[in-house]
Amino acid sequence: MRFVLKTNYGQDVNLFLHGGQRFWYGLLLAVVLLAPLVLDTFYLGEFALVFIWAVAGTGLMILVGYTGLVSLGHAAFLAIGAYAHTYFLTRGVPFVLSVPLATLFCAVVGYAVGMPALRMTGIYFAIATLAFERISAFVIEHWEGVTGGHFGIRVPDATVLGVNIDGPVGFYYICFGVLAVSLLATMNLLRSPTGRAFIAVRDSEVSAESMGINLARTKCTAFALSAAFTGLAGSLFAHKIGYLAPDAFTVQTSIQLLLMVVVGGLGSLQGIVYGAIFLGLLPQAIAFARDVLPQRIAEIPGLEPGIFGLILILFLVFEPLGIHGRWVKIRTWFDEFPLYRKATYKRQRSYLRTERVR
Amino acid sequence: MEILQLLIIGVSQGCVYGLIALGFVLIYKATEMVNFAQGDMMMLGAFVAFSLANLAGLPFVLVFAATLLIMAVFGMALERGLLRSMIGEPPFAVLMLTIGLGFVIRAVAGAIWGNQPRALDSPFAGGIVEIQGLIIGHENIAIVVGTALLCAALYLFFRFTRLGIAMQAASQNQLAAYYLGIPVKRVFSLVWAISAAIAAAAGILVAPVSLIDPLMGFVGIKAFAAAIVGGFGSLPGAIVGGLVIGIAEQFVYLFLPPGVSEVSAFVLLLAMLIVRPEGIFATLQQKKV
Repeated sequence: MRFVLKTNYGQDVNLFLHGGQRFWYGLLLAVVLLAPLVLDTFYLGEFALVFIWAVAGTGLMILVGYTGLVSLGHAAFLAIGAYAHTYFLTRGVPFVLSVPLATLFCAVVGYAVGMPALRMTGIYFAIATLAFERISAFVIEHWEGVTGGHFGIRVPDATVLGVNIDGPVGFYYICFGVLAVSLLATMNLLRSPTGRAFIAVRDSEVSAESMGINLARTKCTAFALSAAFTGLAGSLFAHKIGYLAPDAFTVQTSIQLLLMVVVGGLGSLQGIVYGAIFLGLLPQAIAFARDVLPQRIAEIPGLEPGIFGLILILFLVFEPLGIHGRWVKIRTWFDEFPLYRKATYKRQRSYLRTERVR
Repeated sequence: MEILQLLIIGVSQGCVYGLIALGFVLIYKATEMVNFAQGDMMMLGAFVAFSLANLAGLPFVLVFAATLLIMAVFGMALERGLLRSMIGEPPFAVLMLTIGLGFVIRAVAGAIWGNQPRALDSPFAGGIVEIQGLIIGHENIAIVVGTALLCAALYLFFRFTRLGIAMQAASQNQLAAYYLGIPVKRVFSLVWAISAAIAAAAGILVAPVSLIDPLMGFVGIKAFAAAIVGGFGSLPGAIVGGLVIGIAEQFVYLFLPPGVSEVSAFVLLLAMLIVRPEGIFATLQQKKV
């Protein structure tokens, strides 16, 4: 077990707690940066998708994992980001300007949607976001001048500093860069007063309010930030799929995004990445399993969402802390080797209605 | 005349939403869990009825009773096997769990019955009644009458039977009910059974109107809107909310451009949440510190 002796305040501000973390994250960075040298372009594309999911997951994690608001409609922001970005690109706005514009647009929409939604709590909020998702899907389907309606719209090729990013290697690096920036930004956000306010609201709205946190504004900010990150992911996602059509963004997409943060581990930044890897690679794993399984099972329609659902159930019942939580438990077991107590991570249950009011 | 015609279709459609919403509300009231898989339970009920009626060829009354029984047992098993371990967990976890459950039920139904739409052999299908130019399908009458009967039965059950009153007690305060000797766990199982049976009834009634396929459960999302419009946690509210949404959809379909009626339920829901978040029949109390 490692004890970090803190000798000055600067150590609390450092991104890495100790040399070990610096070494392992440095190694990870090197591996990710050098991967295009060895990996096949197919895998590069898959990993770019994982990075995109992770950026979207950052947005949802801020909302669900840190502010405690559950959104069932985040596919809407993914779609709005993608369509806005494509719209700007086709109007001749360069890529480096179009992505921030699309992100900003999503943040504004998120803020506007958040305003009325902040009156609601818990399940009501979740349903309101679901309704918003359905309505935005309707608008996308029918606003043909901008979105191309049912027929969809082609995403134009984009160049960054004269380099075409639609090649697999360039796109891989762009996505990774965006992910790294988003993760760093979120990490710092969560250490700022705003981020602390999010966590306070998650843990108890009543006590947060009595500590002087403006509940409405905090929730709105969280929702807007969350929408912005998801929109950012959406603008990259547009390039990944190359052709935008309404059926690319459905209720199921929203639920997959939610599945990602739950499986990864709510309330942890590492969890986002685990969840994104899981979500990005599971379809491949299922496609692979289809070849191996007997035909009778492999040909079930809707097998993939079914497996998604099953995994979600298993995680919620057996490991609500997600992959990251499991990893923390394993690490603690080794840290405290003969003395590990199972009750350390015992779930808190609340049986009284008064306990459930937060 | 056209308005009246629309009203009748709206009411019958609204009753379907109301019935599914009733299932949501029952479970929510008693266990404070939100069952997102309610629409999929309706789908499963319709498929069970399809198997019994079309494949086994049983008479319809028997099919109806058997389906309700099978689905009640299914609901109970679901509660015992899965949901009971989630008692006391945050509501969000249960919500996610039931969403996952919906996906699994859809996949299983697709595996057993296939994805092509099926038609149920139902005595209500096809026939019409004509009253002074009004054309009413038998299936619409069946839905409205079935809903009314179910509501009356539920009202009597909750008002006059020991078990129904025990359920009300458990829904008001689980711990206090437990101290008074009410078997809260068994009550929860029964609530899930009743709610699954209601879903099955809704499935059988709606089968002649919309064909049975694994995706028919998506109507549950609109039923959810109905439950919230009516005031989540209120039984009459569920039916009223269903009727409001069912009727509104028909009129939007007539007066506004095509496609709008598909989202009118959600627009109504959002408007309701902004104007009066507690719904028509408010049951939720304000948060007290």
